[in-house]
Amino acid sequence: MDEKIIQIEGLSFTYPDGHRALNNISLTVNRGESVAFIGPNGAGKSTLLLHLNGILRSPNGAVKVLGHPVAENYLRLIRSKVGLVFQDPEDQLFSPTVFDDVAFGPINMGCPEAEIRQRVNQALQQVQMGGYEKRSPHHLSVGEKKRIAIATVLSMNPEVLVLDEPTSNLDPRGRWELIELLRGLPLTKLIATHDLEMVRNLCERTILLDRGRIVADGPTPAILTDKLLLAEHGLAPPIVGQA
Amino acid sequence: MKHSFIDRYSDLDSPIHHLDPRTRILTTLAFVLAVMVTPPTSWLAFTLYASLMAGLVLLAKLPVRYVLKRSAVVLPFVLMVAVFVPFWGRGQVMGSYNVWLWRVSVTHDGLLVLWSVTVKSWLSALALILLSSTTRFSELLKGLEHVGVPRVMVMILAFMYRYIFVLADEVMRMQRARDSRDVAPLRPYGGGWLWQIRTVGNMIGTLFIRSYERAERVYGAMVARGFDGQVRTLNDLHFRRADLGFGIVFSAALLTIGLITRIA
Repeated sequence: MDEKIIQIEGLSFTYPDGHRALNNISLTVNRGESVAFIGPNGAGKSTLLLHLNGILRSPNGAVKVLGHPVAENYLRLIRSKVGLVFQDPEDQLFSPTVFDDVAFGPINMGCPEAEIRQRVNQALQQVQMGGYEKRSPHHLSVGEKKRIAIATVLSMNPEVLVLDEPTSNLDPRGRWELIELLRGLPLTKLIATHDLEMVRNLCERTILLDRGRIVADGPTPAILTDKLLLAEHGLAPPIVGQA
Repeated sequence: MKHSFIDRYSDLDSPIHHLDPRTRILTTLAFVLAVMVTPPTSWLAFTLYASLMAGLVLLAKLPVRYVLKRSAVVLPFVLMVAVFVPFWGRGQVMGSYNVWLWRVSVTHDGLLVLWSVTVKSWLSALALILLSSTTRFSELLKGLEHVGVPRVMVMILAFMYRYIFVLADEVMRMQRARDSRDVAPLRPYGGGWLWQIRTVGNMIGTLFIRSYERAERVYGAMVARGFDGQVRTLNDLHFRRADLGFGIVFSAALLTIGLITRIA
């Protein structure tokens, strides 16, 4: 049952300007897990996510998805299996209509027309946005945009859903609706976020990153109740009275 | 932030709105060409072309005031270019005036050119407004692609349509941020317009960098969904009998107007 879906071994990454974003990261994610990546701004969460489908590739360390190395000849396969949703839906939704955007992935995968329509339909149903096909993304609310953004990768039938800050900029109701929606999707999920409440409700495992390193990796309740650990890495109020 | 649509009224329900976008693009092109080759003295032809447009506007259930207002927008540009033509033309002089040091003459031919340029651009603008008010921008793009406009050009237009409002919002936010810190009486550096210009310059630079970074992120989102440089789209346009009918009737109307002017 414990099928390793993502394996990262000794991954380090340095941006062209010399900033070292990831430092010797090793982790394994099994099928069906929901994993949260938490950590202060600049901890390397987004950089790590970009390695999961080969948008960024580093010569130092190995990333394997479903047993395949993230390398040129597996990129097409890996990108259809790992659905990466960017933080800002304005970046994720770049087509004139919702339909075009949700169909973009399946079209690039070379699906026949009838299947593309069926996939778009199904993906929009999954995020409860059926009937929005002809709308222009600019005229949707933030919550609607976030849902459509998720649909744009669901239409590729991925096995892993990778989300960068899915609840940012949402009002409380929109946020809870999104958490419920994500909970209902039977996929392996990797979520980078500052929203610890969502982590508590959605992810059984939490990985704490700081300055490009894994600081802690374990069951969510254990990590989120460790006030000292959270405070040390800027995720909780500083503990008063400590010398 | 809501902006007025480029393609306002394009989701009305009328026989014109149900045509295939390609039909509308091609007939619009034919109309503009027909108007362009009409001799400037064919008053009858221009009247008929205008009535043809009026008929279509009514058939498309577009608000007449809106169409007139929008078509008037082109007039200042046309006039700015064409207003000097009557003074340059050769031929029969209709009047001469002394303007300070110069003596200027208005010619009959020149006035005729001014008239025909104005009427022709106004009629063409009407046709384009009819096209853009009856076709969703996304359909217009599909139509353009399938009448043979290169995909790269269509894609550039598509991105422009998608992001122009996003950029407009960004500019608006920057202006608000500037205005809320712009305390007029206490302007540093002696205040005044030089400082204003410098601020605007900085804003343009910031906007450029932000757009550049956004383009990189959008490209990342495209690559993540399997984009490999090849643009692929679905063709879901269908010519129906109504398209054939409209195309034939419209072409017949244009030809008839053309023939009448030849004979008259």
